[in-house]
Amino acid sequence: MLKILKYSFYDLIRSRWSYVYFLFYLILGFVLLFLNNDVSKAVITLMNVIIVLIPLIGTIFGVMYYYNSREFTELLLAQPIKRSSIFMGQYLGVSGSLALSLVLGLGIPFVLYGLLQSNAIFDFSLLLVTGSFLTFIFVGLSFIIAISNENRIKGFGYAVLLWLFLAVVYDGLFLMSLIVFEEYPLDTFSLVATMLNPIDLSRILILLKLDISALLGYTGAIFKKFFGTDLGFLVSMAILFLWTVLPILGLEYKARKKDF
Amino acid sequence: MTIEIKDLYKQFGKNQVLKGIDLSIGEGRIYAILGPNGSGKTTLIKSILGMVIPDKGHITVLERPVKKDWKYRKKIDYLPQIANFPPNIKVKELIHMIKDLRNSPSAEEDLIQLFGLGPFLGKKLSTLSGGTKQKVNIVLTFMFDSPLIILDEPTTGLDPMALIHLKQLILREKAQGKTILITSHIMQFVEEMADKILYLLEGEIYFQGSIVELLEQTGAPDFEHAVAALTITENHAEDS
Repeated sequence: MLKILKYSFYDLIRSRWSYVYFLFYLILGFVLLFLNNDVSKAVITLMNVIIVLIPLIGTIFGVMYYYNSREFTELLLAQPIKRSSIFMGQYLGVSGSLALSLVLGLGIPFVLYGLLQSNAIFDFSLLLVTGSFLTFIFVGLSFIIAISNENRIKGFGYAVLLWLFLAVVYDGLFLMSLIVFEEYPLDTFSLVATMLNPIDLSRILILLKLDISALLGYTGAIFKKFFGTDLGFLVSMAILFLWTVLPILGLEYKARKKDF
Repeated sequence: MTIEIKDLYKQFGKNQVLKGIDLSIGEGRIYAILGPNGSGKTTLIKSILGMVIPDKGHITVLERPVKKDWKYRKKIDYLPQIANFPPNIKVKELIHMIKDLRNSPSAEEDLIQLFGLGPFLGKKLSTLSGGTKQKVNIVLTFMFDSPLIILDEPTTGLDPMALIHLKQLILREKAQGKTILITSHIMQFVEEMADKILYLLEGEIYFQGSIVELLEQTGAPDFEHAVAALTITENHAEDS
């Protein structure tokens, strides 16, 4: 598996798109820091950008990589290599290189700016950690979509729909249900609903660490009570982790059954 | 026996591709798997390689059952139908990579020279023409020393010179006692190379034997017509 990972990774870090992605974060990081002159505010703006962008890039990149390397995967499948090693290697290669682009692209400007001396370092690391989680989650989901769909157009369609649903539609439904059922106690419901969407979960996690939960009103207080504590933090990290593991297991299962 | 297949069934959706294939493939011969488009040739080959998972049936390669195993593939060299490699990688890197993955001794130098790939070694695969890619594909297949070689449409895109080299290569491997499976639509190539013909039709083995036997059975004037006759007889049977 490590060999496949190595080659996928090399293949990707030499592709133009990885550089574009890396440069985008690099520029974004510099621009935000030097326009804002405030690390905390920069982190919030960054959060708004990456929470939507990472899942989108993750799904698109994942689907694209899978379809582009399909014939090569067939070549590998005929080699004496275990099936799951091939797909795990490719998956880790894609998500690893995307996560690296993110961490380096944002990390470099922040380190240059003097983040290491600032007290926003924890918020910032949290941003990078959740960003990396999101990368792994969405690349995993996109691999499952791609492996289940021979038809590239369909695969792309489903991947974009998945992103659209989790990044936009889900929030809409969530808000609407909050309004419709406002007569009822919704604490548990909103907590659970947040947990079920990795994008929302990451957003809340970062927002609450940034101490701006007062902006969130009453619900925010409940969230603060839960996510703000160490236990809540651990639980949400565990759920993010679960969100990462489940697609990997699904991918293993799909890969075992699939005909090439 | 190099390959033993018993009662092999495979269905894709509603399409029953293989309908109970029984087959033994002996050592040291060249077998040509023929059949019209969609008759199940590639599915059969991919089942042997473990790329397609059969619904029913049993396959052993060199006395090892194929199911849930992957180590037996060390004994197989496979040339896939379409050579499409990662675009960002150079030819020599790809060769190095496959060597690294297989971890067995290889003799790529002679092959590279034979097919004149020297000037392309430093080029990225995305810049190569179809024929050159196929040559790379051939080098990747023949550089290892395995007892079983499977070639899926090996002649695609090759120029006459490369084709001659390919034929020589195949004969050389055969002389070493290796078993070779070939699918091809170029009848002249098959006639020249194959010791035995396996004719697949709608997922079943319709004819199995040597070229001479095929000519006798069909009464056709030459090999190409004999193969065509096999298809036509079946169609008539269906019509009635």
